[in-house]
Amino acid sequence: MAKIVIDPLTRIEGHLKIEAVVENGVVKDAKSCGMLFRGLEILLKGRDPFDAQFIVQRICGVCPTTHAMAATLNLDSAFGIADQIPDNGRIIRNLIQGANYVQSHILHFYHLAALDYVDVTKVAQYDGKDAGLNSVKDFITRALTAGDMSMLGPFYPRYEGDYRLSDEVNISATAHYVEALQMRRLAHEMSAVFSGKMPHNVAIIPGGVTEVPTVDKIANFLWKLNQLRQFIDNVYIPDVLAVADAYSDYFGIGAGCGNLLSYGVFDLESKEKDLSKRSRLFRQGTVSLSDLKLAALVPSKITEQVTSSWYKSGAALYPGDGETEPDHNKSGAYTWLKSPRYDGKVYEVGPLARMVVNYVAGDATVKQAVDGVLSYFNVGPAALFSVLGRHAARALDCKIVADKMADWLLELKPGEPTCVEYQTPVESEGMGLWDGPRGALGHWIRIKDSKIENYQCVVPTTWNASPRDDKNQPGTMEQAIIGTKIKDESNPYEIGRIVRSYDPCLACAIHLVTPKGNEISKFRVI
Amino acid sequence: METPKESPKGYSRREFLKLSATSAAAVGLVYIGLSKFNKDGSTVSAAAASVAEIPIIWMQTGSCTGCSVSVLNSLSPNIRNILLDEIVPGKHLSVRFHATVMAAEGEKAMEELKKTAQNKGGYVLVVDGAISTKDNGIYCEIGEVNGEGVTGLEHVRNLGRDAMAVIALGTCAAYGGIPAAEPNPTGCVSVSQVFADAGISTPVINVPGCAPHPDWFVGTVATILLGGLSAVKVDSNGRPTDFYGKRIHENCPRNGYFQLGQFSKKFSDPYCMYQLGCKGPVTYADCPLRLWNSGNNWCVGANSLCIGCVEPGFPDAMSPLRKKAEGWEVNPLSVPPVEKEGTGVNTAVAAGLGVAVGAAIVGAGVAIAKGSAKADKKGKKE
Repeated sequence: MAKIVIDPLTRIEGHLKIEAVVENGVVKDAKSCGMLFRGLEILLKGRDPFDAQFIVQRICGVCPTTHAMAATLNLDSAFGIADQIPDNGRIIRNLIQGANYVQSHILHFYHLAALDYVDVTKVAQYDGKDAGLNSVKDFITRALTAGDMSMLGPFYPRYEGDYRLSDEVNISATAHYVEALQMRRLAHEMSAVFSGKMPHNVAIIPGGVTEVPTVDKIANFLWKLNQLRQFIDNVYIPDVLAVADAYSDYFGIGAGCGNLLSYGVFDLESKEKDLSKRSRLFRQGTVSLSDLKLAALVPSKITEQVTSSWYKSGAALYPGDGETEPDHNKSGAYTWLKSPRYDGKVYEVGPLARMVVNYVAGDATVKQAVDGVLSYFNVGPAALFSVLGRHAARALDCKIVADKMADWLLELKPGEPTCVEYQTPVESEGMGLWDGPRGALGHWIRIKDSKIENYQCVVPTTWNASPRDDKNQPGTMEQAIIGTKIKDESNPYEIGRIVRSYDPCLACAIHLVTPKGNEISKFRVI
Repeated sequence: METPKESPKGYSRREFLKLSATSAAAVGLVYIGLSKFNKDGSTVSAAAASVAEIPIIWMQTGSCTGCSVSVLNSLSPNIRNILLDEIVPGKHLSVRFHATVMAAEGEKAMEELKKTAQNKGGYVLVVDGAISTKDNGIYCEIGEVNGEGVTGLEHVRNLGRDAMAVIALGTCAAYGGIPAAEPNPTGCVSVSQVFADAGISTPVINVPGCAPHPDWFVGTVATILLGGLSAVKVDSNGRPTDFYGKRIHENCPRNGYFQLGQFSKKFSDPYCMYQLGCKGPVTYADCPLRLWNSGNNWCVGANSLCIGCVEPGFPDAMSPLRKKAEGWEVNPLSVPPVEKEGTGVNTAVAAGLGVAVGAAIVGAGVAIAKGSAKADKKGKKE
């Protein structure tokens, strides 16, 4: 038996460690451990509720918009104005969030995940005029000339042994890596047109948004969006398919727990107060692989368990009553991530959940997109529960949102209001449910004496990278790793590929691992 | 701690300071580009022929990654130029460790870190994120050495001691920032505080902002590479005056509304945001001139608040965000809020408004302006 420890697991947001016990070349056990705890829920207590939106964005610099949205929906509900957001405010919120979806998904595929599949060193052979590729080539040449491979940082070293793309595809994908750097920046610029700035916007506030739609801003946003749509259609999606062609066995690797959950995202109406029923571009719901049937989302079924986590309090609590009191000496715990569960079961969140929930709900756009992928690879929906299924779902998610934003832009009405005013209540409670690029995000607030008495966040990566719960059920990412064949224990690239397919965001999950606990290994491989 | 440090492969801080006056060859970091890779007969780009490598260790501690994401937004040079090309002619930032972008993971990543750090005095350390110190910093661990987790605190101490210089990127690394807000659950402090507590004397330049503007980072790095560390003029908060030398309020395009007493009554109004809580009067950065995201917008431009995110004490010193900046509750019609040498703001504004300003009122204005400056102690300049 060997124990593989990957720490830090890089090219994700934040500090993650993975421990895997390998026997006869197969992972028998896996632990996912978040390495950072900052306690943002604790420092929100006693503050002006209005400030929550600004503080919680600092949970994550990759997906701050999502936290801004969950926080403002939470505050809208606590302030009693959830049914009063003007259409301009609702639409601009969608546009700011949509821009961040595009930014986040492009960043994830090219700058976080691609180096698992694309061999950039092949660009040393490049013999053309592309400025970006010649930059890469010069960079490689300098390192080879000096005989110092460290000069290839941050693109080298890496796990070796499974780069399968042709030289031609490696070179074009590297060119796209470089181009994608500009594209993700463009997506942030597009966001800033209405959000003020990124990362950490200032425009999404309770009651609506601060920025107003004008014709010049609409045109500015639209033509940035059109460049991005061309990139998504002509570069991003074809590259995902090219990677999937060469690594098609990853449709059978990393299935996870088989249960999917989405809170839905992108409001299409302003009148329904109940976020679990509000009409959204991507609808709310849950689906399980066992029957592929849609079930309605019931927020009261969400609990957080801390059996394996370094927190005081033993009972499974509804997040609105949740507690965040660190106790790093708690015995039996191995991580600071909590275990969110739905109806006591393990669920996966993210683009795969959004696509499958809407696929089984019969959404025409999603169905066409997903069926296109399934028929291209000649596989059934079960194949989506995999490493490649997640990458494909993320790319389709990106395309559908980007296309829809072009319609929303034209629904804006210059001159009409973007926000409503309100009084901060003395006592109240709120809930904000929303899906970020990485999946279902919930914020809960309790207000007393017009100040925050309690604030709890249940974030996507806490769902996906959660530890074992009260019933000893591993989290979905742990389940996805368990059972995987490791071809070369000194280059366990399979684990990184599985983990990155979830696009984890550990600053969001904000927790920390146990000091070395039960070492069950005979020896360390990594 | 002793300084400067010499090493056979790198160069000392003293040498680094005079890098601009020294040819790259003299510091022994020249690599000659290979023309044999150019099948079309052109040279490897002229600049590539002799490029000094500046190894960078980029350590994210108690961070949200927003600082790194913001640097990705750099327009010119763009991030490709920064990672692959010469950030200034003849000098390449060689990013050896950055957990969010690096291909290596696990022990391979830690080996690169160790290898780069062995070149004492030969690398620049960039820290983004605050450093947890409570319970010996166990709330943040990055990687393992010999099976034991290494805390962010240990990394910053060990790497900081032997770096040629440190850039504390973002308000968390510069001053503690969000995770250090009351009640500071994990005992977060700035890089400078870690160094002070450990007796480390490596120079630290603060590039605050939550997140910092990419130009502030790139411009600071370029200034160092062109003129040495001494070329970076900093204020009493350790941040470059090139970027943080001017009050937001003074350069705000809505300052005219402030002078006229025309204030936004609600968010989304296009006037001065002061009465809604804008911290422009107590915040020093060039946002109104530079703008954000390639010039597309900025916080006040979006009819929202400057929240003072570049200042020491952010967020607590700026909270509640809706509270008006202290020391600025003057009637702008009768008493101009600030008097600065050369601006002529008193007479010009008074004359422009047709307000008869007696000597006594001008005197009062000066007194208030001084009071404001005092109240604004967090943002005082060099």
